[in-house]
Amino acid sequence: MSRLDVRKTYKLYIGGSFPRSESGHTYEVLDTEGRFLANAAKASRKDGRDAVGAARKAFGGWSARTPYNRGQILYRVAEMIEGRHDQFTSDVVSAEGLSTQQASKVVDAAVDRWVWYAGWADKLAQVTGNANQVAGPYFNLSSPEPTGVVVAVAPQDDSLLGLVSVLAPVIVSGNTAVVVTSYARPLPAVTLSEVLATSDVPGGVVNILTADAADVAPWLAGHLDVNGLDLTGVDDASLATDLEAEAAVNLKRVVRPSRPDWAAEPSLSRMTAFLETKTVWHPVGV
Amino acid sequence: MTTTPTDLGNAADVRTVLGDLSGVDQVGLEARAAALATRSIKKDAKRTAIDLAISMVDLTTLEGSDTPGKVRSLAAKALRPDPSDPTCPRVAAVCVYPDLVGTAREALGDAPVGVASVATAFPSGRAPLEVKVIDTEYAVAAGASEIDMVIDRGAFLAGDLQKVYEEIVAVRAACERPDGTHAHLKVILETGELATYDNVRKASWLAMLAGADFIKTSTGKVSPAATLPVTLLMLEAVRDYRDAFGRQVGVKPAGGIRTTKDAIKYLVTVNETAGIDWMTPTWFRFGASSLLNDLLMQRQKLKTGRYSGPDYVTID
Amino acid sequence: MAEFTDPPVVPPTGLDYAPAPESRSVVDLQPSYGLFIDGAFTEGSDGRTFKTVNPATEEVLAEVTEATEADVDLAVDAARRAFAGWSRMPGRERAKYLYRIARILAERSRELAVLESLDNGKPIRESRDVDIPLVSQWFFYYAGWADKLSYAGLGANPRPLGVAAQVIPWNFPLLMLSWKIAPALAAGNTVVLKPAETTPLTALLFAEICQQADLPPGVVNIVTGAGTTGQTLVSHPGVDKVAFTGSTDVGRQIARAVAGTNKRLTLELGGKAANIVFEDAPMDQAIEGIVSGIFFNQGHVCCAGSRLLVQENVYDEVMERLKRRMATLRVGDPLDKNTDIGAINSREQLERITELADAGDAEGAERWSPPCELPSSGFWYAPTVFTGVTQAHRIAREEIFGPVLSVLSFRTPDEAVAKANNTPYGLSAGVWTDKGSRILAIADRLRAGVVWANTFNKFDPASPFGGYKESGYGREGGRQGLAAYLQEGETA
Repeated sequence: MSRLDVRKTYKLYIGGSFPRSESGHTYEVLDTEGRFLANAAKASRKDGRDAVGAARKAFGGWSARTPYNRGQILYRVAEMIEGRHDQFTSDVVSAEGLSTQQASKVVDAAVDRWVWYAGWADKLAQVTGNANQVAGPYFNLSSPEPTGVVVAVAPQDDSLLGLVSVLAPVIVSGNTAVVVTSYARPLPAVTLSEVLATSDVPGGVVNILTADAADVAPWLAGHLDVNGLDLTGVDDASLATDLEAEAAVNLKRVVRPSRPDWAAEPSLSRMTAFLETKTVWHPVGV
Repeated sequence: MTTTPTDLGNAADVRTVLGDLSGVDQVGLEARAAALATRSIKKDAKRTAIDLAISMVDLTTLEGSDTPGKVRSLAAKALRPDPSDPTCPRVAAVCVYPDLVGTAREALGDAPVGVASVATAFPSGRAPLEVKVIDTEYAVAAGASEIDMVIDRGAFLAGDLQKVYEEIVAVRAACERPDGTHAHLKVILETGELATYDNVRKASWLAMLAGADFIKTSTGKVSPAATLPVTLLMLEAVRDYRDAFGRQVGVKPAGGIRTTKDAIKYLVTVNETAGIDWMTPTWFRFGASSLLNDLLMQRQKLKTGRYSGPDYVTID
Repeated sequence: MAEFTDPPVVPPTGLDYAPAPESRSVVDLQPSYGLFIDGAFTEGSDGRTFKTVNPATEEVLAEVTEATEADVDLAVDAARRAFAGWSRMPGRERAKYLYRIARILAERSRELAVLESLDNGKPIRESRDVDIPLVSQWFFYYAGWADKLSYAGLGANPRPLGVAAQVIPWNFPLLMLSWKIAPALAAGNTVVLKPAETTPLTALLFAEICQQADLPPGVVNIVTGAGTTGQTLVSHPGVDKVAFTGSTDVGRQIARAVAGTNKRLTLELGGKAANIVFEDAPMDQAIEGIVSGIFFNQGHVCCAGSRLLVQENVYDEVMERLKRRMATLRVGDPLDKNTDIGAINSREQLERITELADAGDAEGAERWSPPCELPSSGFWYAPTVFTGVTQAHRIAREEIFGPVLSVLSFRTPDEAVAKANNTPYGLSAGVWTDKGSRILAIADRLRAGVVWANTFNKFDPASPFGGYKESGYGREGGRQGLAAYLQEGETA
């Protein structure tokens, strides 16, 4: 008799730990052919609340790190993704129905995307900040600062490259993130959470919820301790409108839904969406 | 010039002196402390440092659950930190609450180990001055050789430096003994609550001007307790104070110093900041409890060449 | 009434730090080294070699090849051949090579630190805690730029320049290498680098790191030699860019040599920085800043705070504190972890320092050094401060490049600025005051490329560094440092 493999339990990733959903709910994850892959934890609104709490707790420390240090930590994540290349490839094959070769290219692109964003950590201020020539004896400098806790709904189809492309730009500048994964294709995100847990990213900086955005996103959009909302992966236009409207309660910074070509080099917009510009004035005089 | 506390009993003078203090740059101070912490102390130097550190420990128990039994056990440890090695130095003092001073003194007998007592409504200091004075007088009468008082951080932060100053002067007076000597007064600044290094420098000078024999970082009940940068800053203060007024004042970091490695960093900082005059338990102390056993284990390691373990040092 | 038992008064115990030498065993020195050309180590064309010594002991560390004109030709050709592939490679791929190098530098950091201290004489505390971490950081930072060149400020799709000839000094051997190679490679250039004659070893170890990183052959070429080799390299017709760090005199010669060519040139040259201490300075930190400003790396620092300008009303206090602090400096074995000041890099440099300091005596300045015992072999100079110095003294005008501080006084901010600017140099300056507006006002008026306020000798790859006036032109570090290796893309 051949050896029976040991299967993995798929859980949420909150505050550096892997809890099951507090609700006890799971849902069946199927591959593109409709075959059973796993039971994923189905995050509830309370899991969302816990994730926001963890993200807020992590924000102070993460945003206070030197940009160089954040860059190193994120680059380390890319090293770890590369190290699990085969696992991610097989995740993407089952999630997206690609050939192994195609999926492998997706993983390559995800690693390179992560590296691209990691490099921005200590360069963003040079590109988006500036000295301002005010008409008076004042030093005047504008520099970018992270917004705070950002909730992102990851793309539903591009389960890995799309996920990486919305997550990395949020955290590179010092924000902390709560990510709602693709509902139907959550497994690459769970693997990513395992990468994050064993990298040097502090617990709580990234929190990953396998969930139906329709269940949890309204609670997160209305949460008063959330500062930004990325709706990229919300495919239902009326839900997206409702979420954007709800986000207005505390004037969250909102990124609207979109389906960009994830393979193309991004612009700075996903980073600048969750940056505040701070301008400091100081007199100049002996 | 030598100045006795009463010479400076004028709050206007105090403010003038404090106003003349130069600022402290946080980044520079912390960088200097970090650089001092990279000194590598090995072999004979380490042996010397460990014995010196042991002799500087104020072995402390300050819990609501303290009992005479606990204090007697602490005193025994103070007298013979390492029962397996008679060459091991004694600690400087035991540090207890006022009601246990008598027990501690009795347990120590006439051994040259001090009894330090916290007083003045330790650790918060939230009591009227009369109560603080009685607290102090009680401890002195019970045989305390040293009083560790807390300053009124609330008054300090509210800008009432005069009140802080006058309280220290009053407590210093309460340290007087009938024979004309006085219990040494350690003034706890509770640097974790003062929040800025500028405040720590100002409070250090205020305490010294008011007659402190020692300035001490912390109660151990507030985080952060002692840190290397704060201690460095206080060592600069006692050095400059002696240069200005000719009177030497000691320094006691307390709380959070748990390892030999930490203790050696502090000694290096004393050595290179205040200088060799402070390298004695007469002028530098560690307020600690678990530190002692780590020092003893490292001492055993140097002696035997093997790493020791917690079963080979005594608990108190 | 209890008996009072006070603890006895205990005399102080001195703490003499025992020797704490860093182990040399981490370094595997070869008896001789070739040139690194086209991805491989090769012997020189005519077999000429020179010795590199440990300046702390005068022990010969290794024999190093002296590159001839023919060798430089080979290196430039190799760089030219590699340029096509390297410059066309997608930036994200170049980035990954540079990240690899950054990581290997960090992995082998202790080995590099020990080797740097052996060859240069700088204390291990500095090579370990400053030089080598910055080297790795420099590559890491510019790795991140390689796939972001469109954001360098030169418009979309900027282009690299071609082959860069880079000549670096002996004071921060590997750090200067990283300042040169990292931005050049990120931008898509290939390089031929000549390390200083007295400190070639870490550059040669770096070549080995390029091999470990599988860097394509010819992208980095290292040719060792003295001034002649450097001259051959920078005047080689096959190079498109010259980057030089070193003395103002040599910089001037290079500027002449490239006249009439299309070569781009950046120069980072000498300095005579003023470190200005106002009466309201955070005094203990200012003293630290003065000490690190002039004694860091034995004062072999082009941006060293070699002219201390002190406001007259705190002059005595500053001098007393400075001398007390100088007395705690530990001079000696560079590999001892407790050494603050190591060896002077070469006999020539020691002679130059000695000559200039003696001129200070002759011109009537007052010399002071703390008592300190110097080793009997090797090249050493005690930390020294001259008081009573004026702008007319040679030691206030000429770069000493050693642990010698000249102290002047001033009365007003205007006078401080005037004295600070009264030099042909303009690399760096320091300002110490608790008053923010004064920092900014003084900084505005200082003719220097870097102004440190309430700190000194701070370096970061994100921060541009370079001089005004005869301290050179061009900037290294930051986006400006990247742009120095790029040209605007062709318009469609």
